[in-house]
Amino acid sequence: MLTTLLPPTSGGAEVAGFDVVRQPRQIRRRIGYVPQAISADGGLTGYENLLIFAKIYGLPRSERQERIQTVLDLMELGEARSTLVQRYSGGMVRRLEIGLAVLHRPSILFLDEPTVGLDPTARRTVWQHLQELHRNEGTTIFLTTHQMTEADTFCDRVAILHRARVVGIGSPAELKASAGAHATMDDAFTHYTGAATDQEGNLEDVARNRDTASRLG
Amino acid sequence: MLPETVIPRAAWAEQHPLLEFLRQTVAVAEAELRKLFHDPQELITRSVQPALWLIVFGRVFSRLRDMPTGGIPYLDFIAPGILAQSVLFVSVSYGIALIWERDLGILHKFLSSPASRSALVLGKTLSAALRTLPHAAVVYGLAVLLGVRVRANPGMVLQVIAFTSLGAMLFCALSLIVACLLRTRQRFMGINQLLLMPLFFASNALYPLKMMNGWLQRISGFNPLTYLVDALRAAMVRGGQSTYGLSFDLTILSLIVLLLVAIATKIYPRLIY
Repeated sequence: MLTTLLPPTSGGAEVAGFDVVRQPRQIRRRIGYVPQAISADGGLTGYENLLIFAKIYGLPRSERQERIQTVLDLMELGEARSTLVQRYSGGMVRRLEIGLAVLHRPSILFLDEPTVGLDPTARRTVWQHLQELHRNEGTTIFLTTHQMTEADTFCDRVAILHRARVVGIGSPAELKASAGAHATMDDAFTHYTGAATDQEGNLEDVARNRDTASRLG
Repeated sequence: MLPETVIPRAAWAEQHPLLEFLRQTVAVAEAELRKLFHDPQELITRSVQPALWLIVFGRVFSRLRDMPTGGIPYLDFIAPGILAQSVLFVSVSYGIALIWERDLGILHKFLSSPASRSALVLGKTLSAALRTLPHAAVVYGLAVLLGVRVRANPGMVLQVIAFTSLGAMLFCALSLIVACLLRTRQRFMGINQLLLMPLFFASNALYPLKMMNGWLQRISGFNPLTYLVDALRAAMVRGGQSTYGLSFDLTILSLIVLLLVAIATKIYPRLIY
């Protein structure tokens, strides 16, 4: 909804000062989005993926090549620029997708479970890149994750969702404190959601998550 | 918060909306063509079918002497029909490719970009138009080899390209609409088979409409493929005649393209709900 892909059933929201219903195109210019599924095209090279989106986002011709090279270097994909994405490893695909999402220097970057299906090394690299983006470009990073340790380590503010509602929101320290002394983020999650979360979702969601994980793997 | 407080940080030159629209349309088409360039195998496999129709079906049926082809050999009569079939078959594959892109997440990426929905749809149809060109060349080549008296002057070839492009855009948009309505690959493949054969057989591609009985003739009159074949027949082969007139064919095909692109644009974002 915040990425303007789905219309809200009720209520409204503003992203970067624009209304999600009335000004979706203004928002789309200012955000980057990394879906959970694979958003880079496997039939194109890394460079071509970036080139197509550079054109779609309207990067001026004079800056295009330079910006694409910067992003490739930033994501450590310089050597793989002319390789088809279908030959990339899971971690490389994720880095390219983040590169695609930040090509136009968005103010806000949305990521849907960016580290799902990645091995620990790839996971760490992805987080390094995200932290660099946040530090160097001042990009706001908005992401979903099931990894409570990730939320704990990397996020300034965490909202815990349970049955599509925010049940707890605050800094990781605050959330942990309310779950008791010496509580971990996992404890905080259980504290806020109760023990019944396992009954959520359906087979389709499960299948989709595992599918994505195996494709990335 | 004032909208002015957050501006896009890439130093973009403000562009005219129309230029922006065209640039995005071309970018979408470019992505499709670059993919084809990386994996041209499809171009070859898709050339087999028209070859079989011309070489096997066409030559066998040429022996039937009482087909009312308007005074041209039967092979000359069906060559434009096979070209139209080629356009149809290539273009309807865009729907299943779209569902595939949705399943992967590529469609989400495009829809979260500032590209207008109509540019996304039009870009696909534009690439379909370009994609049919090599197939047209193959059918032309085969036709010449088989002794079909092809009109080779540039004006006529341009007319053929104009009509195959229009036909490709039409069937590509139709296929995108079907994909948006059916949403899954399985359902799409089922309906696709169900649609393709009637579209092909209830048309003038293989035989003149006047050979059909009344109700089938009326159905064929609503089939866009009929108008595509009609125009190609006059433009592609010597002695080939158009029943409806080229300007009528052009008008009706253009109107259907506009209508289908408009519908596809409207329902495109709903594919990911």
